[in-house]
Amino acid sequence: MGLKKLSHPETARNGNLLAAAGMGLGILITLIFPMEGAPNNYAWIAGGMIVGGGIGLFVAQKVLMTKMPEMVSLFNGLGGACSMLIAFVELYNLEPGTSLGDGQGLTTLFALFIGSISFTGSLIAYGKLDGFLRDSLVLPAPQFINMGLLIVILGLNGYAMTLPGIDITWILILTGVSLLYGVTFVTPIGGGDMPVVISLLNSFTGLGAAGAGLIYGNQVMVIGGILVGASGTILTVLMCKAMNRSLLNVVIGGFGGGGQASGSSRDEVVKEASHADLAIQLKYSQKIMVVPGYGLAVAQAQHTIHELEKNLASEGVEVKYAIHPVAGRMPGHMNVLLAEADVDYQRLLELEEANKEMPSVDMVLVIGANDVVNPAAKEDPSSPIYGMPILDVELAKNITVLKRGMSAGYAGIQNQLFFGDKTKMLFGDAKASISKLIDEVSNA
Amino acid sequence: MFEFLQENLMMFYLLTFAVFLGMEVISKVPTVLHTPLMSGANAISGVVVIGAILLIRQAQPDNYLVLILGFLGIALAMINVAGGFAVTNRMFDMFKKKKK
Repeated sequence: MGLKKLSHPETARNGNLLAAAGMGLGILITLIFPMEGAPNNYAWIAGGMIVGGGIGLFVAQKVLMTKMPEMVSLFNGLGGACSMLIAFVELYNLEPGTSLGDGQGLTTLFALFIGSISFTGSLIAYGKLDGFLRDSLVLPAPQFINMGLLIVILGLNGYAMTLPGIDITWILILTGVSLLYGVTFVTPIGGGDMPVVISLLNSFTGLGAAGAGLIYGNQVMVIGGILVGASGTILTVLMCKAMNRSLLNVVIGGFGGGGQASGSSRDEVVKEASHADLAIQLKYSQKIMVVPGYGLAVAQAQHTIHELEKNLASEGVEVKYAIHPVAGRMPGHMNVLLAEADVDYQRLLELEEANKEMPSVDMVLVIGANDVVNPAAKEDPSSPIYGMPILDVELAKNITVLKRGMSAGYAGIQNQLFFGDKTKMLFGDAKASISKLIDEVSNA
Repeated sequence: MFEFLQENLMMFYLLTFAVFLGMEVISKVPTVLHTPLMSGANAISGVVVIGAILLIRQAQPDNYLVLILGFLGIALAMINVAGGFAVTNRMFDMFKKKKK
């Protein structure tokens, strides 16, 4: 047991493979750890592990890098479901008449509650990221419902603890309301905030696992769970900082529709760019900054942009990438994508460095990004993203925005940048547009 | 309640320790690696699988409700574990490839 205890935190730092090995070891020890008089039921265990492991590996190999956030949230939900099931069975297994009014009961109820929330919450988050659940699905007075439900849940749990014993109906009710809370908790939160939510739910799952670990007095589970819980919480806070919003704001607020009205009522004209013109302009630029966003990921254009970058570089143009901390759907999502396409690490600039270089940039290519370059974050206090640090692309000499259409960004707000004097728009699928640009550049 | 605290004192030490360790680990990871970090952490949260295994091992062979729920638990958590680690590994591979 001591070995496991040490191996886990160590490995979490050292790397993924070691962590996996540590986990494998933990599982193995749990498997062979002698248990007096326990009917081991190895067949069931093996079945579950093979089925689950098989599905997991298969999905992990198949999934596209762009779908990463969706997948993480889905996996996370499954982990939560497992804590929920464990707590459920533990409650069910209690001798009739056993009171829950002790620490054991508390942790079990806690694991049930947390596990359920992170299960349904993650599923909703997955749906929102995948786009089949839109933000239009609005609950009336979400804050009220959520607070009410939370109070009901806490009340029910508290009441259950004072009872001399609980039966299956109680467990089902508790599970039911917790599951429901997961749904109502995540639903009002805007899609743009999903990364934060997933990270938060991830830490919930960790706490659920830790709770389940306390039930069994298993150190590996407690440490692993708390480790995830703590790291998830910090990651959540970091992300909130990147967007300059408090966690409470994210959880309670959701994105209001306020800024939308002021933006969409304008009838300013945008200037369209042509591929040929843009290609020439690019070729005679000194320095180009690429601002990738989710649109790039969706179009799978990371390889194409790298090709364009190489072509331009051979013409003596300096190409850099400016990565906003919340570009894409997850922090670091863009870095992973560009790394997949073999983009040189040196070329990726973080927010501050990028902004410092911005005035010397001849041309900014905004590819499928929107909210992270929206000047409303600085200028319009009524905008829902007001205060979020953005990439100051308007400081550059020229801006071209590659975009599929004039639709608003993920936060659902209009972008004044598109109407600016220095801005031109290039409509179309990011990958197709960039491919055309490559041709034009080599022709020009 | 106090008994529970006393019995599990070691546990609570570990808990506190793990919290600090978690903070320490995260604060050192650059933003660039947050996505793999998240999926890695997510995979670790699959440790609940151990709980499910313990659960099944203690179950009576004729208690099908427990067995089936436990089976589901193991399967779900294993998807989380195996998938999480495999994907994280894939991401790291990409970063590695580039360094050559």
